[in-house]
Amino acid sequence: MDETTALEVHDLNAWYGHTQALRNMSLSMMERRITAVIGPSGCGKSTFIRCLNRINDLMPGFRVAGRVLFKGQDLYAPGVDPIEIRLRIGMVFQKPNPFPKPIYDNVAYGPRLCGIKERARLDALVEESLKKAALWDEVKDKLHHSALALSGGQQQRLCIARALAVEPEVLLLDEPCSALDPIATGRIEELLLDLKKNYTMVIVTHNMQQAARVSDTTAFFMLGQLVEFGPTSQIFTNPRDKVTEDYITGRFG
Amino acid sequence: MRVFDEELTALKERILRMGALVETQVANAIKALVERDTELAKTVIATDHQVNAYDVEIDEECIRLIALRQPTASDLRFITTAMKISTDLERMSDLAEDICERALELTEEPQLKPYIDIPRMAECARTMVKEALDAFVNRNADLARKVCRSDAFVDDLTSQIFRELLSYMIEDPQTIRRAIRITFVAKYIERIADHATNVAEMVVYLVEGKIIRHTTI
Repeated sequence: MDETTALEVHDLNAWYGHTQALRNMSLSMMERRITAVIGPSGCGKSTFIRCLNRINDLMPGFRVAGRVLFKGQDLYAPGVDPIEIRLRIGMVFQKPNPFPKPIYDNVAYGPRLCGIKERARLDALVEESLKKAALWDEVKDKLHHSALALSGGQQQRLCIARALAVEPEVLLLDEPCSALDPIATGRIEELLLDLKKNYTMVIVTHNMQQAARVSDTTAFFMLGQLVEFGPTSQIFTNPRDKVTEDYITGRFG
Repeated sequence: MRVFDEELTALKERILRMGALVETQVANAIKALVERDTELAKTVIATDHQVNAYDVEIDEECIRLIALRQPTASDLRFITTAMKISTDLERMSDLAEDICERALELTEEPQLKPYIDIPRMAECARTMVKEALDAFVNRNADLARKVCRSDAFVDDLTSQIFRELLSYMIEDPQTIRRAIRITFVAKYIERIADHATNVAEMVVYLVEGKIIRHTTI
């Protein structure tokens, strides 16, 4: 297995106003692997993942210290364009959030913003992205219907297709299945395992079984700190840390 | 205490009751052999179905807990260990039954020789079973490793008994029938010690998450 580091976090600290959300976090996420981030509510999982594509910059009062290296480049270095980062590191959110537009326009939205206008190229991108998101067969005959008419699971796959349309290298997923039923969840999980061939993914999840099913590496956070980070199989069979053990066996607190 | 913890405690107690039953069977099997007590031998054979019932119940309970509780980490190791331990205990029980069958056959003829090494070996095997179960209850990996080391002593005694019986058989072919049966008994005891070692190895896995089978400690 070729293990190349995609994202490297060094001594990351983050604050919302005076509240510190992340403390001295250091960990590396490997290329074409799925890293799961688990931990109780308020442990900093979402803050962490949102630091990886600088989407937190948009939060008033948010401050970050430390380094996040993407293929060696510091995302927080002066002169780095956060918009460009977000094209290369896409994000999918907890609640499916398609635009109130046709399916086609949802997927073509990003490429159009990037200046792609030729119809044929857009068509190809839309088809390819929907195929990658395992949604094409279900929507190919109704590309011009509203995205809002799709089921929750389809909407979430549409959001994944929309994220893929700008050809990112990394996908950040913030509890992508928490609003979905088990069947839709199963489809998304299959999709993630398939996308792993070409993408690096970081998934935040409250569902520990989901972390166990899809991820290669698991990070356990608590109170804004990294408690344990290791191969998922090890974390779930033999965690090194007592706190991790208590959390994953449900004896927490 | 959480419901799940209560279920795990109940599972542990069930393993212990099964273990105690098997320990008694092993001790009684040897007693029946040495004292040529056919009644006792038959009693041991008659208790086999109780052990089998434990084996099935424990397996079913473990499968149920895996399906419904989706255990992880030490809970998962505990449940998988319990499943394997019950299999080993059930085999030990079968071997105790085999010892009794040979004992019954041996009582049909005059005693070949006084039993000296067989009871020594059996005592060591029985201690191994007991200590392996104690190690399981107390999650004591050191005690489990001690059990694994004891296995060599039992193996040595098995070879010694075999050599001795071989000399009887060479000297007087009239002894062959009995000597072979006693050799079997030695082998059964040696197998019981092997199963106790398996249990001890599972205990190390339970405590440390390390699989030490097929390695030298």
